[in-house]
Amino acid sequence: MKPASQLGWRAALISLAIFGCLLLVWHLATAPKESARIEAGSASSSSAEDEYAKLMGKSSSSPVKTSGFPGLAQMGETMRKELANPFYDNGPNDKGIGIQLGYSLARVGLGFAIAALVAIPLGFLLGMSPLMQRALNPFIQILKPISPLAWMPLALYTIKDSSISGIFVIFICSVWPMLMNTAFGVASVRRDWLNVAKTLEVKPLRKAFLVILPAAAPTILTGMRISMGIAWLVIVAAEMLVGGTGIGYFVWNEWNNLSLTSVIFAILVIGVTGMVLDLVFARLQKLVTYTE
Amino acid sequence: MDKAFLTVDNLNKRYADDAPPVFDKVSFSIDKGEFVCIIGHSGCGKTTILNVLAGLEAPSGGVVIMDQREVKGPSLDRGVVFQSHALMPWFSVLSNVVFAVRSRWPDWSRDKAEQHARRFIEMVGLKGAEHKKPSELSGGMKQRVGIARAFSIEPKMLLMDEPFGALDALTRGVVQDELLKICSATHQTVFMITHDVDEAILLADKIFLMSNGPHARIAEVVVNTMPKTRTRETMHHDPQFYRIRNHLVDFLVHRSRRIQEAGVEDAVTRVVTPGLEEDKLSQAVA
Repeated sequence: MKPASQLGWRAALISLAIFGCLLLVWHLATAPKESARIEAGSASSSSAEDEYAKLMGKSSSSPVKTSGFPGLAQMGETMRKELANPFYDNGPNDKGIGIQLGYSLARVGLGFAIAALVAIPLGFLLGMSPLMQRALNPFIQILKPISPLAWMPLALYTIKDSSISGIFVIFICSVWPMLMNTAFGVASVRRDWLNVAKTLEVKPLRKAFLVILPAAAPTILTGMRISMGIAWLVIVAAEMLVGGTGIGYFVWNEWNNLSLTSVIFAILVIGVTGMVLDLVFARLQKLVTYTE
Repeated sequence: MDKAFLTVDNLNKRYADDAPPVFDKVSFSIDKGEFVCIIGHSGCGKTTILNVLAGLEAPSGGVVIMDQREVKGPSLDRGVVFQSHALMPWFSVLSNVVFAVRSRWPDWSRDKAEQHARRFIEMVGLKGAEHKKPSELSGGMKQRVGIARAFSIEPKMLLMDEPFGALDALTRGVVQDELLKICSATHQTVFMITHDVDEAILLADKIFLMSNGPHARIAEVVVNTMPKTRTRETMHHDPQFYRIRNHLVDFLVHRSRRIQEAGVEDAVTRVVTPGLEEDKLSQAVA
């Protein structure tokens, strides 16, 4: 017990140290320009620069640097602003990060849920019937390696709705890992358990839910976890393409605004959300895992 | 023969058309309430015979008739205790047994099924462990749950595939006693595979001896001539025990191979009563 918790503390300490180093490097990398500017300011060219700053609608007395890679202070300012009011809505091009994140999560959730509804029963079929496994294998092998974004034009043309096309892309990218894992999990349920079910003359539906599903659940959950990871990767790219709403669009929009702090902030939000989603599935996986 | 509860007639099994049959011309019968052990070297097809009786495997030829009906496919009439206990690890002990009970009597209420299951869990001495997961149990306890599950559906016949093979000697003894107690109380008909000669003498009324495979067959039916009241503690003080034991060990060491080499023409199953009919025994040895 004690060594383990000690290890945890030490790991946390090192993590913090690394984080500190990263911030320091960031700070040092962005700081020198400021000092250069101050030096320049002490020289006589300051009046011209002030003039220019005024023309651009900014006061020269502002210590915040407006061009180049943002510093830590600017970053902190943006984060504070965004987090203070994440759900504001000032029209289509200016929505809070919370709203954008909500759109993305809703799309991922919907596409993922539909994929699960299709992939898990189909995976059962593949896992239980070697014939169907063989018959459908060529289709799966060809469709699986296609980048989900390659479907986008086709989806936009046929569905004619960017939001639903996004959901379709999420569906198509999350369906494969779930399908493959479900089929594998179902096919590799231990013979003994199936024999028990056979000698007890268990009805097919009861067998599917009480024997095969729990036996294959850990493998199925692994597939779902992989799918969710991929879906979260793909949604950002998909939303950059189709635009409108979502965290991916937010990144693209802030890039067009040249607001790098917002872009970095969005990247962090994407990372944290992805981690939380993965943790949720890790927890679910733990729930259905059994020890023999 | 006609009155027998279970009749196996001329059973054989080959896994490939060009391969010799694993076992051939296997015929035997088991009466109601009889405890039969089958002993033979690995590869003689004991487990296959048991699977055929369970309905999990189809024979290449021959028939099995139980209670005047041909055995085709698995049935709740035959309970199976698997070698590897085969408990569902995601169910608790109670749920494992309840699962079997509700398969047998689907229209029973949850309460009734649970009560029924508890009775059998208690019978194998696992009261108090109902809500444990199989992974929290020792090997012996798991096997007992397997036995409780098989008994709980009140099958007409119990099939056991080396149920104690994976247990240490002490645990094995305890579970054997448990089984003996239950079987004598319920007059269960049992067909059991074992490798343990002592176990067979303790438990069985009749011991089937199989010659080596391929072309294995049941060469001898040894009638257990020890009194029904035998116990594990006192059994080895009876000189009769050693007569039977020597007979069985001799068979496994020498005769099982000689019979195989002699071929199938001599496909007669001898009934042997060691210690009572010395002449028959000597005839079999020769």
